[in-house]
Amino acid sequence: MSAEASLETLACPPSPGDREGGAGRGAGGEGSLPALALAVREHVVRMATRGGCFIGASLSCADLLVHLYSRVLRITPETRDDPDRDYLFLSKGHDVPALYATLAELGWIDRARLAGHLSVHDDLYWHPNRAIPGVEFHSGSLGHLLAVGLGVALDIKLCGGTNRVFVILGDGELDEGSVWEAFLVASAYGLDNLIAVVDRNEFQANVRTEELVPLEPIPAKLEAFGWSCRSVDGHDFQALDEVFAAVPFTAGRPSAVVARTVRGKGLPSLERRADRWFADFSAAEIEDLLGELHGTGAAALTTEGLVVR
Amino acid sequence: MSYGEALQALAVRRDDLIVMTAENRAPIRSLPSALGPRFVDVGICEQTLIGAAAGLALRGRTPVAHALAAFLTLRAFEFIRTDVGIAHLPVKLVGYVPGFLSEANGPTHQALEDVALMRGIPGMRVVCPADEAELVAALPAILDDPAPCYVRYNAIPPAVRHREPFAFGKAEVLADGDGVALLTYGFLLREAEAARVRLEEHGVPVRLVNLRTLAPVDEEAIVESVRKARLTVTIEDHFGTGGLASIVAEVLLRHGVMGAVHAIHLGQRWFKPALLPDVLAHEGFTGSRLAARILAQLREDNHQ
Repeated sequence: MSAEASLETLACPPSPGDREGGAGRGAGGEGSLPALALAVREHVVRMATRGGCFIGASLSCADLLVHLYSRVLRITPETRDDPDRDYLFLSKGHDVPALYATLAELGWIDRARLAGHLSVHDDLYWHPNRAIPGVEFHSGSLGHLLAVGLGVALDIKLCGGTNRVFVILGDGELDEGSVWEAFLVASAYGLDNLIAVVDRNEFQANVRTEELVPLEPIPAKLEAFGWSCRSVDGHDFQALDEVFAAVPFTAGRPSAVVARTVRGKGLPSLERRADRWFADFSAAEIEDLLGELHGTGAAALTTEGLVVR
Repeated sequence: MSYGEALQALAVRRDDLIVMTAENRAPIRSLPSALGPRFVDVGICEQTLIGAAAGLALRGRTPVAHALAAFLTLRAFEFIRTDVGIAHLPVKLVGYVPGFLSEANGPTHQALEDVALMRGIPGMRVVCPADEAELVAALPAILDDPAPCYVRYNAIPPAVRHREPFAFGKAEVLADGDGVALLTYGFLLREAEAARVRLEEHGVPVRLVNLRTLAPVDEEAIVESVRKARLTVTIEDHFGTGGLASIVAEVLLRHGVMGAVHAIHLGQRWFKPALLPDVLAHEGFTGSRLAARILAQLREDNHQ
């Protein structure tokens, strides 16, 4: 008998009532997601100075975070304590500027707080932490939050709940053995309320994944571990709509979405570059990059890239 | 009552308890049928055991996670420190066969740094029961406490009659002589008690202290021992770094107290794997060998 067969519903505290299903807070009309993503990218660029941030991964993940929080996750600042709200765990902590920015644009935190990035007077540092409303759990050490999300998903099953647990993993993070432990165990327990989203930007920190420890074929590996897997363009909101509307892809199995993304997406002068995973630009470069984001031409970058290899 | 029976009785009453294991079921083998889905075995995945326990705790559960002490505290250390420790979640960690209790398994299985590692995590409690009766008596307090806790599991039959109820940071003083103070924890209380009898036969009055919890530790009991006794001896199946010997040094420094302390531990080496009685004899940790070592130390001190 597999472990899942023994998962029965246990009595848990009742939820305070039915909530509106479907989308979360949303950002307005259908056409607003690109605008929201652009605003998030502007914030990310502004955090890439005076100490800097992990800009490459933040930009690859920005559309995913905007889409999940706007269209998929059943959670808003007002419903964050609802027993049946969804969870999002950002296991690849480097993306947190995009998460801070998404939370700011969607009303979880004041936009003004983003100016306090890296300040001792706030908690907006280089990795996620629970002092920021909306951040479910701290991360930074890779390979942790799929297991934590698994525990949450397991409890939801024990309670007979309908909430879903989304865990965003980096592709480089798939090097960690603990991720594969959690893939095995989630499958053993049939956690179809657990959804792993791989930000497949094709880079580890400094190196292309396929040039260091090749990961492909990722979907076939996840399928072999008992997950139902689909691939999607991680920057195409319509495609993301379709794929996330279909989870769980198979009843009784956890779902994985491999989101093909571009590191540095939105800034051609940074895209797909190994030396721009972390960046600490000058004020002038930031202005140039904001211009580039709005299509006014390539930024002139003189700050040295960071290659640690 | 056994540990498994006690845990089962509590878990049947308390819906928040989730009994977990990384496929080490011996003392809790009756729990799967008693708890159904609240018994979670993740297989041989200590890291996922702890990550999942943290997730369950985020949902308001109190997970009790069982694995061999060496693999729990070493393989999963960073998960314990990062997921349980940073978030200060009420995850209870039960490490089987710590120290000498791994017997003939060999150094891969010898948890001799578990106390050092676990007490190094801010907010982590470390409970080292002397026997199964003490473990069972401590269990409600461990499960009610909101802090994370590491239990250095030991279920030997009691060698002493416990007099005081369990409390975190409260040692049990079993004899109150002023010659030699023996400070110990875990199953070695049995050997320390045998050493007490031998020492008193040699006319040395003994103060015998069962520390019970090493984080928090009963600082007063340590300071009082050093102040009252001619010689204080720490006895532990642990490396010299970070265990009771270190704790005593830290406490005395903090209190500005000086005194004669002799630390009996494994120094910086693994022990010879064998069955427990042979391990104790070989390593000099039987009651009679401990008494002889302490008498030799007293003679040495007298000659100085």
